[in-house]
Amino acid sequence: MRKIYTPLTEKQVELLKAGDEVLLSGVIYTMRDRAHARMVKEIKKKRLLPFSLHNQVIYYCGPTPAKPGRVIGSCGPTTSSRMDAFTVPLLKKGLKGMIGKGKRSPQVRQAIKRYKAVYFLTIGGAGAYLSGKVKQAQVLAYHSFGPEAVYRLLVENFPLIVGIDCGGRDALRRSSK
Amino acid sequence: MARRLSVRRVSTGQITQTVAELCLRANTKLRGDVYQALARALSRETNPRARRIIQILLENADCAQEAQLAICQDTGLAYIFVELGQQVLISGGDFRQALDKGIDQGYKQGALRNSIIQQPLRRMNGPGFSPGIVHIDIVPGKRIKLTVLPKGFGSENKAVVQMFKPTASIDQVQQFVVGAVERAGADACPPFIVGVGAGGGLDQAALLAKKALLRPLNSRNRDRFLAQTEKALLRKINQLHIGPLGLGGRSTCLGVNILTCPTHIAGLPVAVNISCHALRSATRII
Repeated sequence: MRKIYTPLTEKQVELLKAGDEVLLSGVIYTMRDRAHARMVKEIKKKRLLPFSLHNQVIYYCGPTPAKPGRVIGSCGPTTSSRMDAFTVPLLKKGLKGMIGKGKRSPQVRQAIKRYKAVYFLTIGGAGAYLSGKVKQAQVLAYHSFGPEAVYRLLVENFPLIVGIDCGGRDALRRSSK
Repeated sequence: MARRLSVRRVSTGQITQTVAELCLRANTKLRGDVYQALARALSRETNPRARRIIQILLENADCAQEAQLAICQDTGLAYIFVELGQQVLISGGDFRQALDKGIDQGYKQGALRNSIIQQPLRRMNGPGFSPGIVHIDIVPGKRIKLTVLPKGFGSENKAVVQMFKPTASIDQVQQFVVGAVERAGADACPPFIVGVGAGGGLDQAALLAKKALLRPLNSRNRDRFLAQTEKALLRKINQLHIGPLGLGGRSTCLGVNILTCPTHIAGLPVAVNISCHALRSATRII
């Protein structure tokens, strides 16, 4: 299986096609509903963001707390479509990849094409299995949000399927029925 | 003269401890019938990618049980269903508080997730573990049956209810159920278990749809007409070919359970509550 690494360059992104299965290694950042709403607000107010989005990959995930001796708790994906309304400003800031589950809106699909990014799927409900792919985890920003905080994760061979590629091809809209 | 029935005392301490254990068990040990249904789905699945995904789901369940990790990071909104024997006397404190204390203890000890926000409209402050949603039925006898169902919201967000006309056909009702699952798609993490509730008022139909998820997948509906309807719905939903992750395959639905109750002559409330493949519940009788 092909291996990809963060930061994700446009060159790497262009090689990815909808339906491809890849293993990702490197740093990714968790962000879900509350962090998206906050970050988009900060972008509008031209404030300094807690981390640079340029060529980065975010993961729609709110993990369970780490048990003693473990890096992270259960950490599977949450439903991506809830973040659709906040995605374009992040792509404009250079975000290159998003990991989640489920369909994206036509607007997000167009923006992924326009900004040459990629949307990945990972296995929903496999939080225990996926926790083994995380080698380091720290809360980076929005600590008070609890599980909705931004976590910086170092992952190794994190299993992904390309959901929407930079050409706008959508693995979810062509395979149903 | 009526026979004097004895009273059995149950302490709130015991209730709290039981709820805590159930929260942990439900979240880390996938229900046996669900695990078996996934294994059966794997044996019938012909799509290679769908097979790989289901294999990972089974591996996930094994891993969760062994490491005592949450099967899914969405450890849900804790539903507690209580069958309280009418000869039971709860002693030592407030019954409702004892249940919530059990959730807090179980979720904390199990390193489960704090996903509960106190003010749904204003959404201030960090989420906690409780309160749970509690439904209590008073039944004859001296026992307390406690069932914890942690309900994840990826699937809960796809729940629907419709107030049908009393003359609606069973076909229309079936179309409604299948349509709800089709709209849920990959967001609710297929393969699904679908609960259908019909009857009562809007609220009761919705409650029945959720309670329907508690019935083991390897059990048959006692009502022949409902059993046939469940079978037909299962077939139609699987024909959607949504598949695991929504990437296609035969495994879209592991089972459909229908619960009904009497309703008004002017109506037919029908609710659908979808569960993801990580259908979690645990029961103990004390």
